[in-house]
Amino acid sequence: MRNALKLGFAMMLCASTATAGELKPMDVSFTDGAVETSLTGVAGDPATGRAVFANRKEGNCLACHTNSEIPEEGFHGEVGPPMDGVADRWTEAELRGIVSNSKNMFEGTIMPAFYIDSGYERPLDDFAGQSILTAQQVEDVVAYLMTLKEQ
Amino acid sequence: MRATLWITAAAIGLAGAATAQDSNSLSIDGEAMITEVAAPDHLENIDTIYSGWRFRSPETQALEVDDFDNPAFVFVEQAEDLWEQVDGSAEKSCASCHESVEEFAGLRAQLPRVENGELVTLEDLINRSRVEHMGAEPWKWSGGQMTAMTALIGVQSRGMPVEVAIDGDAAPFWEKGKDLYYTRVGQLDMACSNCHEDNYGVMIRADHLSQGQVNGFPTYRLKNAKLNSIHGRFKGCMKNIRATPFKEGGDEFKALELYIASRGQGLSVETPSVRN
Ligand code: HEC
Ligand code: HEC
Repeated sequence: MRNALKLGFAMMLCASTATAGELKPMDVSFTDGAVETSLTGVAGDPATGRAVFANRKEGNCLACHTNSEIPEEGFHGEVGPPMDGVADRWTEAELRGIVSNSKNMFEGTIMPAFYIDSGYERPLDDFAGQSILTAQQVEDVVAYLMTLKEQ
Repeated sequence: MRATLWITAAAIGLAGAATAQDSNSLSIDGEAMITEVAAPDHLENIDTIYSGWRFRSPETQALEVDDFDNPAFVFVEQAEDLWEQVDGSAEKSCASCHESVEEFAGLRAQLPRVENGELVTLEDLINRSRVEHMGAEPWKWSGGQMTAMTALIGVQSRGMPVEVAIDGDAAPFWEKGKDLYYTRVGQLDMACSNCHEDNYGVMIRADHLSQGQVNGFPTYRLKNAKLNSIHGRFKGCMKNIRATPFKEGGDEFKALELYIASRGQGLSVETPSVRN
């Protein structure tokens, strides 16, 4: 009885975080590593995306990529390529694919998949069954990356 | 097009790696340490191995050069007291059975090793003595008394090359450790090799990635101002990639310890080292 109550509560919580029209991680379809359609149907917000990119508990993209558009953050990692001019090199669909699951674009990459909720082993309990970013955060990051043009 | 981009990125990565670790040399109280040596034959993807010391800032490096400046020695001194302390039902101390801690010179360099079909680490040997010879409670794997004692026993081997056995009855443990080293885990889906083999020498945000060697353990970390065990460090790295860590003192971490020790064959034991 108590368990049944708990289950109901857990389901309510899930329902409140999933927005209508949002693609679940398993439903995202990739073509040559790219994802054509928006994960949410809601345009991404570049300013929020910029914050997600830098935040250690969210994207933490700066851990691995330098980005001269974020000079106020002290430490930029060097594991992946610099983000400067990234929108000149990739289309929006390709960037959405890279952020959602870069393993479809770069085989065997160290870069984490930010929009999968299964397929990884031994996750800490707090993260099990979850994606690193929400669908909207992915859209926000992609919108931000699209502003990184040099040409 | 895509391939060209990746090749450029790879070339930049390589250029970075060439200057990755510094060229400083380490002498501790006048004794030269080997912090760089040709990789053992079993390493397929790396030519040269380096002590973690070579990746630290000059300020952190300096703390290891002189035992007076090395904050780890506070704990080594605590262990000298523990050495004399009677504990347990047999009313004995370490000193009751061992003439001097110096008799353990060389031990750290050869652990973990297989005894009667079981892989044992320094912590296991210490706790075996506590339980079987002293009738005392075993110490917690990464607790203050254990890390202090592993530092005191470890420093007796300082300057000696790491030399663990990986063949014979050690082989299955070594294979298991190797498997774990290359297995991706956690929500971030990474293996030890992704950071410490593929990307050593580059910055991962504020951290300068080393090869993740264990020749300096236990290490004093400025971050938490205490001695840190090998398994404690493994646990920290697993949590950072949002993976459920294996148990300290469990079969997985012991096998991983043997494998990683073998990746450092020939480096000097640097116990107790200093890290940020
Ligand atoms: C642990 C390291 C790591 C993290 C964290 C990381 N990346 Fe990457 N990223 C890489 C690497 C390495 C590559 C190069 C591709 C490869 O591995 O072959 C890459 C490639 C890329 C590319 C293609 C760049 C180009 O010019 O070809 C983009 C775009 C990108 N990452 C965006 C991001 C974003 C956005 C985030 C955070 C939401 C992020 N990355 C987090 C390591 C990382
Ligand atoms: C996301 C990157 C990453 C992964 C994956 C990772 N580590 Fe680390 N590790 C670090 C960083 C950063 C440090 C601190 C700087 C350094 O020494 O490299 C570190 C330090 C260490 C050290 C201490 C080295 C020294 O000289 O003090 C050991 C040992 C180690 N890691 C082992 C492991 C093992 C075993 C695994 C796999 C279970 C692992 N690491 C996975 C990032 C990582």
